[in-house]
Amino acid sequence: MEKMSINRSAYKIKEAKILSVRRLTDSEKLFDIALQNGESLDYEPGQFAEVSIFGVGEAPISICSSPTKRGSFELCVRAVGDGRFTNAMHKLEAGDDVGIRGPFGVGFPVQLFEGNDLMLVAGGLGIAPLRSLINYVIDNRRDFGKVNILLGCKTPLNMLFGDEIENWQKRIDINFSCTVDRGAPDWKGNVGLITSLIPGVDLDPENTFAVVVGPPVMYKFVIRELTGKNIPDHRILVSLERHMKCGLGKCGHCQIHNIYCCQDGPVFFYDRIKDLKGAI
Amino acid sequence: MQNAILRKSHLNDFISKLAAMEKVMAPVAKDPTHFAFEEVKSAKEISLRYIPTILPPKKYFMPQHETLLEYDTREGQKMRAVAEVEKIVLFGVHTCDLAGVQCLNIVFSDRPKDLNYLIRKNKIAIIGIECNEYCDEHASCALMGNHIPKGGYDMFFTDLGDYFFIHVNTQLGEELLDKTGVYEEATIEHMNALEDLRNKKKEIFKNEVDVDKNMIPELFKKGFDSPVWDDLGERCISCGNCTNVCPTCYCFDVYDDPDLGAKTGKRIRVWDSCQNEPFAKVAGGESFRSQRKDRKRHRFNRKFRYPVERYGKFFCTGCGRCTRVCMAKINLKDTIKSLAKEYK
Repeated sequence: MEKMSINRSAYKIKEAKILSVRRLTDSEKLFDIALQNGESLDYEPGQFAEVSIFGVGEAPISICSSPTKRGSFELCVRAVGDGRFTNAMHKLEAGDDVGIRGPFGVGFPVQLFEGNDLMLVAGGLGIAPLRSLINYVIDNRRDFGKVNILLGCKTPLNMLFGDEIENWQKRIDINFSCTVDRGAPDWKGNVGLITSLIPGVDLDPENTFAVVVGPPVMYKFVIRELTGKNIPDHRILVSLERHMKCGLGKCGHCQIHNIYCCQDGPVFFYDRIKDLKGAI
Repeated sequence: MQNAILRKSHLNDFISKLAAMEKVMAPVAKDPTHFAFEEVKSAKEISLRYIPTILPPKKYFMPQHETLLEYDTREGQKMRAVAEVEKIVLFGVHTCDLAGVQCLNIVFSDRPKDLNYLIRKNKIAIIGIECNEYCDEHASCALMGNHIPKGGYDMFFTDLGDYFFIHVNTQLGEELLDKTGVYEEATIEHMNALEDLRNKKKEIFKNEVDVDKNMIPELFKKGFDSPVWDDLGERCISCGNCTNVCPTCYCFDVYDDPDLGAKTGKRIRVWDSCQNEPFAKVAGGESFRSQRKDRKRHRFNRKFRYPVERYGKFFCTGCGRCTRVCMAKINLKDTIKSLAKEYK
């Protein structure tokens, strides 16, 4: 058996360094990362990267910064109980090395969104991929119409990017509302499911693109509300959660019917996937 | 030269000479009913008549276990992307397995290309062999149209009595044949004999399922919620045998294999199976195909519907391996027949 070096291998990583780590909640940390070669990652909002820690493995993580942020990019990682990779990631500090492959997948069609109103709905960790779009929209605010952002999470303690959210709340060019499933003594905001926020939003369904990102259970209910607001299926976009092992449309793990989430998604127009059982 | 013949009395010469130049892999009997591609040095070791080998030739194109990267983190982060390649000649590949390799070629050539596969493929010479009759009752090669050769080889052998007719399909095939030097030019009689055999095969090989092949994708679409899947789900034990032995299953897992000391190691690719429950699990623990019936249906759709939509090609070759190895006796032909009964 001969071993050949292959420089153009799709499995080869780009060497990267963690610039900073910020704890967001008990279970989530935000990593600011730069490629070692000084180049930018050249991604679009909504795309993901395969992140490597040698000896531990690789995992697909959504890029949560906007490409308008130059020089580095951010990943928000939740450490879950039995998640070997995410727990290892949480042990890393500024100055540590990671590997990056990607960016992969189809992101949000921002050019298509231009000139339209936006209705952006995030549940839980779904705010991470959606933040790449929100910050992109803010940095190119004049290209878009009315911007509604709805955010839902379990409790106020689970709210990610609290400082940024405060800014979004203050801006007059964004309509921001959030809700929590369970309140807390000092919580003065909405309590209830994210679907409860939708009826109150004033929107023009013919001129709005809705984007939904959240845990699998959320989509059906949110989409029902959006449809109730007369937003057509081809103006609703979702970003789907799957475990993409290779990112190349080969390994099969992220396949939904005939679609590879890693290459054909993770962002999909709802009308493309609505009839695929098991997609959402 | 496109056509040649090899006297059977010269087969041993042919194989020995080939084996002296190249590593030759051919079907070898493990017991009277089980065969495997293994290295051979002479024709005596080869089973010319065999039912499909336990593992298809995919094991040479996409090894069960393969290194993608070697890493070293002792000083910074050093790594090398590698492809493990071995120059071999595969002898005696049935037409169903040639079709299987063609399916894999499509997937790994599809962009983004998988160079590990493609580099390895270029090192493998393929010599096919014709099935003059059925290997057993589990084959459905005529349904899939793979009982006759449709390319995918460098040379192709057909047994015509006391000689093999050889179709030379590539430059590499011609070079190999020339180097062995034990062949004769084919004449018009040899061509006629081949044509006679192919005509005879039309009487032997008949669509085994009595379903119009072109209707099959629609059948699977209509039958997505069929009780057929409930039945299969109850019987299937998720052993994954069907995916391991399938010539067109290519799903894989990737993991790191650290050396002792954990500073250096390898990133490895291994075969994986959509029949395993954790296969479609995502962060947060949700599994999108938690039921065995969902997984079984997914696999069948990946053979008869999804690749037809994506590549215009079935990813079943009709080799019958999945049926032969199924511990729950799930039968591919019966499954299609049951769907056809309901939805035709």
